[in-house]
Amino acid sequence: MASSVTRKANKAIKPILVTSFTLVLLMMFLSPFAFMVFTSLKTPEQISVVGAPIWPAAVASFEYNGKEVDMYTVPLNTCEGSENHSGTAGLALVKKGTRASTFVDPDHLERGEFVCQVSWRALDRPWKFSPTFNNYKEVWDTIQFPRLLWNTTFYAIMSTIGVLISCTFVAYGFSRFDFPGRDFLFVVLIATIFLPGFVTLIPTYTFFQRIGWVGTWLPLIVPTFFGNAFDVFLLRQYFMTIPREMDEAAMIDGASRFRILWSVIVPQSYPVLLAVTVFHIVYAWNDFFGPLIYLSTNRAAWPVSVALNTFNGIYGQKPQLIQAGALMTLLLPLLLFIFAQRFFVQGIVITGVDK
Amino acid sequence: MFQELNRGTPALPTPRAYRELTPLKRREMREGLLFISPWLIGFLVFTLLPILASLAFSFMNMKITDGILSPPKFVGLDNYIQMAKDPQIWSIGGGTRGSLWITVLFGAISLPVGLMLPLFIALLMNSRHLKGKMAFRSAFYMPYIIPFVAAVFLWGGMLNPESGWINRALVAVGVPRDMTPNWANDVNWVYPTYVIMGIWAIGNAMLIFLAGLQGVPTDLYDAAKVDGANGWHSFWKITFPMISPVIFYNLVLGVVFLFQYFTVPLVVNQGTGRPGGATMFFNLYLYKTFFTFQNMSYGAAMAWLLFFLILVVTIILFRTARHWVYYAGDGKS
Repeated sequence: MASSVTRKANKAIKPILVTSFTLVLLMMFLSPFAFMVFTSLKTPEQISVVGAPIWPAAVASFEYNGKEVDMYTVPLNTCEGSENHSGTAGLALVKKGTRASTFVDPDHLERGEFVCQVSWRALDRPWKFSPTFNNYKEVWDTIQFPRLLWNTTFYAIMSTIGVLISCTFVAYGFSRFDFPGRDFLFVVLIATIFLPGFVTLIPTYTFFQRIGWVGTWLPLIVPTFFGNAFDVFLLRQYFMTIPREMDEAAMIDGASRFRILWSVIVPQSYPVLLAVTVFHIVYAWNDFFGPLIYLSTNRAAWPVSVALNTFNGIYGQKPQLIQAGALMTLLLPLLLFIFAQRFFVQGIVITGVDK
Repeated sequence: MFQELNRGTPALPTPRAYRELTPLKRREMREGLLFISPWLIGFLVFTLLPILASLAFSFMNMKITDGILSPPKFVGLDNYIQMAKDPQIWSIGGGTRGSLWITVLFGAISLPVGLMLPLFIALLMNSRHLKGKMAFRSAFYMPYIIPFVAAVFLWGGMLNPESGWINRALVAVGVPRDMTPNWANDVNWVYPTYVIMGIWAIGNAMLIFLAGLQGVPTDLYDAAKVDGANGWHSFWKITFPMISPVIFYNLVLGVVFLFQYFTVPLVVNQGTGRPGGATMFFNLYLYKTFFTFQNMSYGAAMAWLLFFLILVVTIILFRTARHWVYYAGDGKS
């Protein structure tokens, strides 16, 4: 009897324990977002005040007889008329004194002014929530955000088109044609993942420099039209799950291979095509190294990532601006993720688990 | 994905193989090659040719001094000999910390964290006691899509020795102010700092682990329970072997990524190697050799050394995989 009760209690308690533990872990994991939002809403004064709370706070003040007076946290037992009260209250300081100061209670103005035996310098101050939105505007104007946004979007769209077209063709070739050497070529394709970027980068960069492409987006966009290992693999795995009978039926009807790709394979593959699309948009949006080396000389073409890094070099001492800039940079990928998370998850599972 | 690499030696796409085909099969081969031609051309132009060119570069003396490219001359193994003696690459003790040693030191922290943390979170996500699985899964994955430069600045702010929340939290739980780490500015704390800054990238590995865990047949656990196995035993005897292919996949990607690591030090410490040269990772040194000192030939030789090292390490990994990676129901691998 007793043991069945314990077992029942155990059954109820384990989900609570596991779920709250996971929740605490998640809060720690995502806490930098709160840090970013709070910091980006602070004024420079709020950043530099010692002992200020982590959220954007200002010292509370109170309008008394047409004057702004500051609020302090006063121990009540020091004040005349409330000697027997323990605890503290937020009072407005009317007259400063080193031994005793005069206050009013904003919540009980009828009490009038009264004296407390405290030095105002030793008192804590109540904080009130006081955000500023000026940092966003300052960053927006300083780094010319609309232009960066346009550059990054342009790169993301153009390279995604390149990846979609080229990888669909290549994956179709690898999944639906049987010929000597196909498996060998596929191994070569997968092996390129292990090739360190610098081995090809030095001659490629030198070549692009010769033909005048350094300083333009071309070295970053043109290669996307020639396929890449990850996306080809992802698409090929998906294409292989589509029954061949459908191809064969279309072939008997006299459809060409291209026609089959277009009318049979592509319409059935929209989830994986969307996965490739969202992955690549995020990849392009976040790409830092490529734009850094090819575009550093051409400020007008910079994407957000490179601009944010340079901005950090100049405004490193103004964390409120850095965090505002970071927030503006990550907003778009974040929104894309929120609306398309299903496709992200699907794509990763296909690449990692399928052999 | 990497099982494709274990398939033995497949046939080569030679003209001879083509001639031996029936006319119908010949047509299929022509059309197949046509469809993969974007990648074939791209591979030749952007991969194979540059690989050969950088091999050629590494035997020459191509460098730009005062904006002028020196006339290319064959210098034999000079670059490789210079590289073999370069303390910036090999040094372990002494004044400079060598780039390879830096990679080993950093990898000793980043690889275990990069495997165990996502595995741990995936195990949590797979727990039948967890409520709201879908929401948690998305939330833990989400930071993966944050631009890496932004993520570095967010964690950089969190790890600021004075104003960052991490040191404030340490002080709040009783750590004396002067004992709190100086994070990115300290020769020893800088590697843990980079690991923390990279923590948001675990989403990918986590989802792959989770998919692997979900693929483990539950009757295996039930059978083990009947035999009296506890959770620890079931993990090592069932879960671990069953998900060993995904552990292997994440490990291989982690090692390849580790060898090419350098964008974080490039952004956080502006690629200076600060503090005290502790962050002059191999690729950062290579980056500077090429872009700052404009020595293409020495850079190419370094790139080839890196290529060779990655190749050796991955081959070793693939060899060991035979002993601990278990592909269920797949005799042909």
